[in-house]
Amino acid sequence: MQNYSFLSLARNALTGHKNWQKAWRSPPLKEKYEVVIIGAGGHGLATAYYLAKEFGITDVAVLERGWLGGGNVARNTVTVRSNYLRDQSIPFYVKSVSLYEGLTKNLNFNMMHSKRTMVDVVHNYPKMRDLRRRQLTMDIYNSTYEKISVDRVRQLIPALTGGGAESRLPIIGGMVHKDAGVNRHDAVAWGYARAADALGVEMHQRTAVTSLLRANNGDIHGVETVKGPVKAKKVVVAVSGHTTTITETASLRLPLRTMNLTAFVSEPIKPIVDVIVNCSDLGFYFSQSDKGELVIGGAPDSAQSFRRDIKQHVFEDTVGAMLELFPSFKNLKLLRQWGGHLDITPDASPIMDETNVPGLFVTAGWWGGYKAIPAGGLTMAHHVATNSPHPLMEAFSYNRFKNLDYILETGTTTAR
Amino acid sequence: MLLIHCPFCKNRNETEFVYGGPVGANRPDPNLVSDEEWVDYLTMVPNPMGPVYERWWHARGCDQWFIICRDTVTHEILENPSEEP
Repeated sequence: MQNYSFLSLARNALTGHKNWQKAWRSPPLKEKYEVVIIGAGGHGLATAYYLAKEFGITDVAVLERGWLGGGNVARNTVTVRSNYLRDQSIPFYVKSVSLYEGLTKNLNFNMMHSKRTMVDVVHNYPKMRDLRRRQLTMDIYNSTYEKISVDRVRQLIPALTGGGAESRLPIIGGMVHKDAGVNRHDAVAWGYARAADALGVEMHQRTAVTSLLRANNGDIHGVETVKGPVKAKKVVVAVSGHTTTITETASLRLPLRTMNLTAFVSEPIKPIVDVIVNCSDLGFYFSQSDKGELVIGGAPDSAQSFRRDIKQHVFEDTVGAMLELFPSFKNLKLLRQWGGHLDITPDASPIMDETNVPGLFVTAGWWGGYKAIPAGGLTMAHHVATNSPHPLMEAFSYNRFKNLDYILETGTTTAR
Repeated sequence: MLLIHCPFCKNRNETEFVYGGPVGANRPDPNLVSDEEWVDYLTMVPNPMGPVYERWWHARGCDQWFIICRDTVTHEILENPSEEP
């Protein structure tokens, strides 16, 4: 792998940038691999990278229907944080945040990681009590959460001029999560892809998987693709909203519903807010990107959807709520709007496990899965390589629903 | 935005309705089925890429519950509830 550095940049500038190595190869598709990963998104690529890096398994193919990093890894709002609710979740996300912070160095790819505080703006006392309770659990796992006053909230977010005593829902305080951050989603996909490729992993774009293949004894046998069958004893499904579409072809049922989530960005403006603002009571959150755009996330559509778009009334609700607190944003033009479809479990926690089809692994149910990419990839690779779950992901099993052993995280993301 | 056909109020804006989830299996008697079947009823919902039957509630209207068939990809409503509830 060609090392990216100031020196290599200078050297290539002298030769007119004509001699850069390709970031990854495009080899022909083989008939057989040790592991096949479906989906070259964040989780698929990270799993491939850690399989090669940590466990020495390099005979891996990542099959992607569209183009590399074009799915939900490109559709999220790049918010990285660990303020979760349950004992099973917090250490997992703490690990993920710390892996993100070292990713630029480890992958030799600039993630443009920007550690910045996240501020929850709180409008009612039950919510505040709930967040204080979260703080006590988070304290155990070294994730930071701290209550602040209304004055301090307004000091941290000067643009927050609404929500005063005269408003219908006055702000009563806030919570500060100092471990949060934002980074560049393309860099995460490309960085993992390039590093995995250097270790021998193959990425195959425009190679849609049409069905899963099972041997006579029921074990997974490989996948059928538009370019022909590919054999593998282990297959990982990392396809976000399309998980059930794929797993149904192996007669596997999963407790997942596919939903569409909305996001949009404003035109670029001068720096106005340097924290991530989360107004969960009003149903929106945003941060300002390095380019100056406000990246705004809204609520999910109410009904199931495989359509990656935005509903006008969901969009209006989000903007209307935002203008209540940030009246000055009224003058902003919105540049782009999009949706992404994700699947959600009954408890809003992910499923990361080998299923009851031997050799078939799924990583699904990600609602806010962007922040989980490094830890999700690492723990999934551990499970695939060693056939036993990593302690950090053990709880997110496929079988927990059989005992109704829920890890309820509804409300800690935009999932309601 | 969907234009949903309520059996009583006819075509109304989606914002007047509350989504009630996909129509799954009928509720079994928990005393008569195995634990596995009961949990299956509690956790599994149909998640097709295409037509799905789902419940909607005209909460900001006539208060009626009804079932429509909607495509989850195109959002086209393929089947409206019958006029007689």
